[in-house]
Amino acid sequence: MSARNRELLNLTVVGALTAIGFASVYIAQQEVVSTSSLSYAGFFFTLYLAAHIVARMCVPHADPYLLPIAALLTAIGVTEIYRLNPDDAFRQGLWVVIGVGLFAATLFALRRDYRRLETYRYLFGLAAIVLLVLPAAPVIGRTVNGANLWVGFGSFQFQPGELAKILLIVFLAGYLREKREVLAQGRLKDFGPLLVIWGGAMLVLFQTNDLGSGLLYFGIFLAMLYVATARAWFVAAGMALFVAGATVVYEIVPRVQERVAVWRDPWPLADDEGYQIVQSHYSMAAGGFGGTGLGKGTFTTIDGDYVIPFLKTDFIYSALSQELGLVGSAALLLVFMLFALRGFRVALLATDGFSKLLAIGLTFGFALQTFIIVGGVVRLIPLTGITLPFVSYGGSSLLANFLLLAGLMLISNRANERMSGA
Amino acid sequence: MNRQINRVAVAALVLLAALIVATTYWQSWAAAGLADRQDNAIQRVAQFEIKRGEIFAADGHTYLARRVLRKVKGKKLYFRRYPQGARTAHVVGYSTTVRARAGLERSMNDYLTASNANLNTVVDTTLDKLRGATIEGNDLILTLRPGVQKLAYEQLAGRCGSVVALEPKTGRVLTMANSPSFDPNLMEKPGGYAKILKIQAPCSSPSPLVNRATFGHYIPGSIFKVVTASAGLDTGKYQPESTFVDPGFCVEYGRKVTNYSDQSGPAVYGRVNLVQALVNSINSVFCNIGKEMGPKPIVDYMKRYGFYSVPPLETPVNERRPSGLFDNGKLFEPENAGQVDPGRLAFGQERLQVTPLQMAMVAAGVANGGVPMEPYVVQRIRAPDGKTIRKARPHELGRAISPQTSRTLTEMMTLVVQGGTGTAAQIPGVAVAGKTGTAETGVRGRNTVWFITFAPADDPKVAVAVVLEAQSGTGGQLAAPIAKTVLQALLPSRSNT
Repeated sequence: MSARNRELLNLTVVGALTAIGFASVYIAQQEVVSTSSLSYAGFFFTLYLAAHIVARMCVPHADPYLLPIAALLTAIGVTEIYRLNPDDAFRQGLWVVIGVGLFAATLFALRRDYRRLETYRYLFGLAAIVLLVLPAAPVIGRTVNGANLWVGFGSFQFQPGELAKILLIVFLAGYLREKREVLAQGRLKDFGPLLVIWGGAMLVLFQTNDLGSGLLYFGIFLAMLYVATARAWFVAAGMALFVAGATVVYEIVPRVQERVAVWRDPWPLADDEGYQIVQSHYSMAAGGFGGTGLGKGTFTTIDGDYVIPFLKTDFIYSALSQELGLVGSAALLLVFMLFALRGFRVALLATDGFSKLLAIGLTFGFALQTFIIVGGVVRLIPLTGITLPFVSYGGSSLLANFLLLAGLMLISNRANERMSGA
Repeated sequence: MNRQINRVAVAALVLLAALIVATTYWQSWAAAGLADRQDNAIQRVAQFEIKRGEIFAADGHTYLARRVLRKVKGKKLYFRRYPQGARTAHVVGYSTTVRARAGLERSMNDYLTASNANLNTVVDTTLDKLRGATIEGNDLILTLRPGVQKLAYEQLAGRCGSVVALEPKTGRVLTMANSPSFDPNLMEKPGGYAKILKIQAPCSSPSPLVNRATFGHYIPGSIFKVVTASAGLDTGKYQPESTFVDPGFCVEYGRKVTNYSDQSGPAVYGRVNLVQALVNSINSVFCNIGKEMGPKPIVDYMKRYGFYSVPPLETPVNERRPSGLFDNGKLFEPENAGQVDPGRLAFGQERLQVTPLQMAMVAAGVANGGVPMEPYVVQRIRAPDGKTIRKARPHELGRAISPQTSRTLTEMMTLVVQGGTGTAAQIPGVAVAGKTGTAETGVRGRNTVWFITFAPADDPKVAVAVVLEAQSGTGGQLAAPIAKTVLQALLPSRSNT
């Protein structure tokens, strides 16, 4: 079976799963199976069918699992968001349409050779930095939940950090491919630019007040640096530097201290700072092994107020855990692992340095972001407000993830094409 | 580069696998403990989506707690109504969205919400879940007799106190009424809780939320003489005919402790035997018995009746208290005569603190041939399909006194009602056994008055303990008539209300 036919088959399975998911939410909430549950699934399937056709035209040899997994994750996200608030699901659905559009446009624009991006690496780097500092800009910068991660124009809000992450990965892939031999020698003078990046990550940390984003950018950077230079001690030194920087931030920023205190023991703070995480634990516990079932979970008080703030964004995982149970949340994490595995496979199969570095950056970024947000929710690490890729509510995050998907498919198309051609 | 890529991949997958481990912890290992926490807002609401089991009185049809379906923002929620209101508030408790649960609503929550581990229930709820049907909890059928419960509550007439009635042969709690009480239906209403806290009653701390029967601590006074007499007779140290000379007082540490005094001053009885001493409740005689025996045998017999441990019952353990000697709020057990005044202990003073339930258990123990039964209030737990999933079975607490001692004490207590301090409890045609108690707190009009009783003396069917706080009369005048009314209502010759 050709890669694209396999992809189509997988998408059909995802379409059926989406229909079942929506149907169960409908049954749970309205006690009727309405045809509109099927029309939601139908809409979703058509959308991804369009994406599939574009893939068939532009990247015929690309990995056949990436697009269906992304489709499954967005479907899970939209279903859960629909279950929490149908209006939000409509907006999220709109973002998925735009995301798929962006995905198609990217595939189409770079279908001949994405590697020309390498030429513009410094431009990407500069753009990433501009986007990162944008939330600090007067007038358009916005602070949400204590973190300066947003820009807004009127009622429109955007998180430029999400896009900056992708641009930064492109820059690093180009830069490290060029300098890897020099860097591998380990001479101090070559490390200037890297210290600049470390400084940048710290700056982002300070400026956004958010440990999560800083950790994410720096983690991606270290993984790519390691793959480029094969020097494990760079990673160790980098981690040490990060810990040093984070300690300073911890000392200075009260919000970070608060988060760490809640992480260590939320129970004494259950009425104040720890409320969110404590209720999130209760939500997960309520799910138990089998879960309450989609649409059957409890997220509101008797008066209809949400028990957990930021449920549809930061805490979507604890909502899903309650309704799908341990079985469902473990399966969801396995789906994330599967996507990461396919991504790493793309990196392994890619034939040139730039492609390998780009693939490893995108994939590791995806995996690390999942770890940071879910790890925060299950209290493995202090909680930070970033999104669960493809699942959380939020346009900027969805668009960035569709770019990431497009990138991986472009790289795998080229790798597989050369393999089968050779 | 591929070796490095492999390593990064392994690192990433290890991180993601750690998430599965952590999720497993929260959703299986920690889940049960988290569900029980009182500040768990999700559980609180989730349990209102369950068709919570209903609670019935002993007749099987009088509602003590029923569910009412209300749609709130498209959600079907089952709220609670308590048709008996204040009468059964302490035993039944409450289950509301605004406050944590109390009473049986709290301790039997697992059964009421069908989350108990009984196989039948687990199968039913799993099927309900799979079908998407509303989970239905199990019903409780209690041992409380609704008519008598109402009667007892009315007899208390707003005074602070408690009435407990047990079936001596089984330990069934037939009545457990307290005053002041509260209307549990108020809990869910705006400002309702504040209203409950403002409830007034003629005693120093009204505490309407407290189940006085199981948590109220009172000085027992003369009803404790039944325990002292148990120790004296059962050890063989005294016989009913043992004689004493009563000078009207007893010398303790060089100070006179006088008998109970009315307007004519302390009574002086002269030469009496043990039977007369109990019938007339002569403090000085018991004081000397205590001094002669020392505290050890008395404490031993207290324990045999269940003192020094929390009495068994299905209500939450933090709503029950043990009875015994207390020092600075803590139970204490005297090792020798130096730590406690055995004379005062013997007639129910010292630092004794007892609950009405415990004193009812003493009466029921004497009544049941010397064997107190473990009290219980849940007769039967019934699955939604009508099947019984748990039925109460009587358990002995252990033997407190020999059948012989039990017979002797019963005779002595019958004489108390026939011609002693407890004549107000006489029922025509029925031999009633009883003992009065009037614990003076040192302030006039602040007596704690008691009556413990059982009847019929030859084949006891009911044992009752009545306590009233802050009274100016005696147990014989105030508590005995209430006990009599409750006895009459519960005795089988009467209609079973």
